[in-house]
Amino acid sequence: MVGHVVHQRLYIIVFAALIGLTALTTGVAFIDLGKWNTLAALAIAVCKASLVVLFFMHLRWSSGLMRMALLAAFVWFAILVALTLSDEFTRQWTPVPSSWEAKVQQQARVARACAHSGRSPQYLTRRTLSSPKSAVARGSS
Amino acid sequence: MHSSTALAEQFDDLEQQHESSSFGMWVFLATEVMFFGGLFTAYIIYRNFYLSAFEAGSRLLDVKVGAANTAVLLCSSLTMALGVRAAQLGKKKLLVTFLVLTLLLGLAFIGIKLGLEWRHDYLEGFAPGVNWTFHGPDWRHLELFFCFYFFLTGVHALHMVIGVGILTTLIIMAGRGRFSPQRYNPVEVSGLYWHFVDIVWIFLYPLLYLIGGRY
Amino acid sequence: MGGGREGNHEMGTAVVEPGIESRIHYLNASYGIKSWLLTTDHKRIAVLYLASITFFFFIGGAAAVLMRLNLISPQGALLEPATYNKLFSMHGIIMVFFFMIPSIPAVLGNFLVPLMIGARDLAFPRLNLLSWYVFMVGGLFTLYAVIAGGVDTGWTFYTPLSTTYANTQVISAALGVFIAGFSSILTGLNFVVTIHKMRAPGLTWFRLPLFLWAIYATSIIQILGTPVLAITLTLVALERVFHVGVFDPAVGGDPILFQHLFWFYSHPAVYIMILPSMGVISELVTAFSKKRIFGYSFIAFSSVAIAAISFLVWGHHMFVAGQSIYAGIVFSVLSFLVAIPSAVKVFNWTATLYKGSVSYQAPMLYALGFIGLFTMGGLTGLFLATLAVDAHVHGTYFVVGHFHYIMVGGAVMGYLGGIHYWWPKISGRMYPDGWARLSAAIIFIGFNLTFFPQYMLGYLGMPRRYAVYAPEFQVLNVMSSAGASILGVGYLIPLVYMVWSMRYGPVAGPNPWGAKGLEWQTPSPPPTENFEETPKVTEEAYAYGTEETQVA
Repeated sequence: MVGHVVHQRLYIIVFAALIGLTALTTGVAFIDLGKWNTLAALAIAVCKASLVVLFFMHLRWSSGLMRMALLAAFVWFAILVALTLSDEFTRQWTPVPSSWEAKVQQQARVARACAHSGRSPQYLTRRTLSSPKSAVARGSS
Repeated sequence: MHSSTALAEQFDDLEQQHESSSFGMWVFLATEVMFFGGLFTAYIIYRNFYLSAFEAGSRLLDVKVGAANTAVLLCSSLTMALGVRAAQLGKKKLLVTFLVLTLLLGLAFIGIKLGLEWRHDYLEGFAPGVNWTFHGPDWRHLELFFCFYFFLTGVHALHMVIGVGILTTLIIMAGRGRFSPQRYNPVEVSGLYWHFVDIVWIFLYPLLYLIGGRY
Repeated sequence: MGGGREGNHEMGTAVVEPGIESRIHYLNASYGIKSWLLTTDHKRIAVLYLASITFFFFIGGAAAVLMRLNLISPQGALLEPATYNKLFSMHGIIMVFFFMIPSIPAVLGNFLVPLMIGARDLAFPRLNLLSWYVFMVGGLFTLYAVIAGGVDTGWTFYTPLSTTYANTQVISAALGVFIAGFSSILTGLNFVVTIHKMRAPGLTWFRLPLFLWAIYATSIIQILGTPVLAITLTLVALERVFHVGVFDPAVGGDPILFQHLFWFYSHPAVYIMILPSMGVISELVTAFSKKRIFGYSFIAFSSVAIAAISFLVWGHHMFVAGQSIYAGIVFSVLSFLVAIPSAVKVFNWTATLYKGSVSYQAPMLYALGFIGLFTMGGLTGLFLATLAVDAHVHGTYFVVGHFHYIMVGGAVMGYLGGIHYWWPKISGRMYPDGWARLSAAIIFIGFNLTFFPQYMLGYLGMPRRYAVYAPEFQVLNVMSSAGASILGVGYLIPLVYMVWSMRYGPVAGPNPWGAKGLEWQTPSPPPTENFEETPKVTEEAYAYGTEETQVA
């Protein structure tokens, strides 16, 4: 039993298209399209990959089961990327609470004063650098 | 009609064997998508955080060599596909020829990647953990780019080496006349593997070499 | 091997064979260590896995014994903290990767998948043998890591501890896990292809035993998730060897990215551990209620749904790790969603029991234990999925109690129930049911005494992975350790009587339980080629009550 035999000419045509697309993507990289450069490069890569998958890997003539296997892989890769990015790109969205902001600024002041005077932070915070506002934030009277 | 050596015992007929074999390879390729996918995910994230460093790193790669290597690999995919076709038609000499060509092109790719590009980056001091000499502005993020460059192309090259091993085995088996139009699935599934490794490179090439703003 | 198909002809279901030694079956078809180490028979490979994972179970268990002994005293009765860290790490790595993940798929799955679908073997028998060898190589690397000093990063290998600061056997342990992962992938691949392509005539998808639906769903997870763990551990190893910083904050790396990549696999991994067990319970509940399963398609679809949704919830392990709140909300909602198919199964099993003709042999005791304990573990998972509650109980013994209820009270009990149920088929002998029921009871009591106090400890604030603790936690810790000693006894007894039964147990017929399913239509133990003729399937799964069932 023999699977689908592809005509030699079809392979050559697909190959020529692949070389052409490689030249295209290389050429486009030298043109300034701003943020479209990335999209163009990826779109052309997807085209090339599709040509290889459909014709060289015979997916065009294969059963739905094989297509499902490949589709599942790409969907799962998309899940990995999408949900990971949903964290990595939204970390800066939450503003720092105001009481934290005050503490951060106080610590920065203390660090600068230590560097200047050579004293320890504990020594300095007990003394003049405690402002009334930060005393309230710390819960002391 | 089938010979008892062509049909494995657990299968009922050649068609079931052929389909199981191909389906098994597609499932394996799905695992490979996820394997590379983890690396690609990390790369996407860091590229977004450190765009200027990654673009600078990309520009440090030689796009001519990268493009040439891409062409080499695409050629090897053509010869592999033609080899599978030869197996389907029972043309033994043609099959061996195309398998040998694929093997040579694969070796050429590995040679260019390791012997030319990696060696160049190593000598120029852009090899993280082994020979890193650049300490200009933002050098840590540039080092991160080169980590990904070496990891991605390294894992890809490892797959190529495995492919070379598979091809060698196929050439020996084909030379001994082990394939026929009734039983050529080892050639076909090896072809699937080889094309997949090509597809990974189809994505690696633009992601590493081209989105650096070469203008 | 064409001649083997003309084997014996005495295949009645109601006749007890006088002696199994007079018949050729997979165990005595050939002798000698080479015939076992070079076998491609899925049944023999299943037995090889059974021996291997039992070995690893007791090693992981030994680590647990030492940990619980140490926790008798608040200052740590036995161990230095550094040693304790290594013990909980090794306990986790060995139990997760070398016992739980392979357990039901590699032992019961390998044995039963071809039998249940009426095939002679899996689709790729040599790949199956390779899986076992790969598993053993991974195990050897991990054992080396134990002997060479252990690893102390936890089974979770968090960065930058694992990449930069740990001075323990991180690379060997990671390599061992990496290699074992490939065993998991290849097994899953084999099952998916086999179930798709090699079902007997008449065996449509919706006539499959639910155990096979569970194995299929598990295999999907193994195939799509494990590779991501592989690449992640590779990155950890590369970072450690070359001192380059993919996850190192000092060079702009993100340690939380490691956690994303790690948990993308490791959360679905817990479903690899529980789904097959659920499949076993579906089999046990029907066989020991002599009743059709309630809601077959609901259970079948819920297995697939669990496999799919399990990939969407991994961030619930990272609520307090520094993950963004928005991602946390998304993951929390999705985690609630994933509980629904599991609940559907519990309802369906319970409904199956209702008005069934229930008998209480050991497998059924394990199944009933599973239903109760898994439910408790699952419900506490909802506590953990709630962002606000998790902020308090993350990293405490509440989590430890939760996952042990599911993994031990759930998955391990399902595994033991399955081993007991199919033991006659695997070995051709019956085990002593009195001892089996006693062990099931001891395990149940020991288990609850060990792990229920841990919920309380966690809620009261005791952190996990600590060798010492505040004195007010001592009573509960001592209770937990006492329970662990009982649990240990409960696990040792089956080891004794199962081995005993292999030689002295009563010979079992083809169908000692009077159950439905193709695996019971062939002698116990089965011949190497499983069936003399490929069976034809004409009835639905679990067609109890439609004809007189014969009991051997």
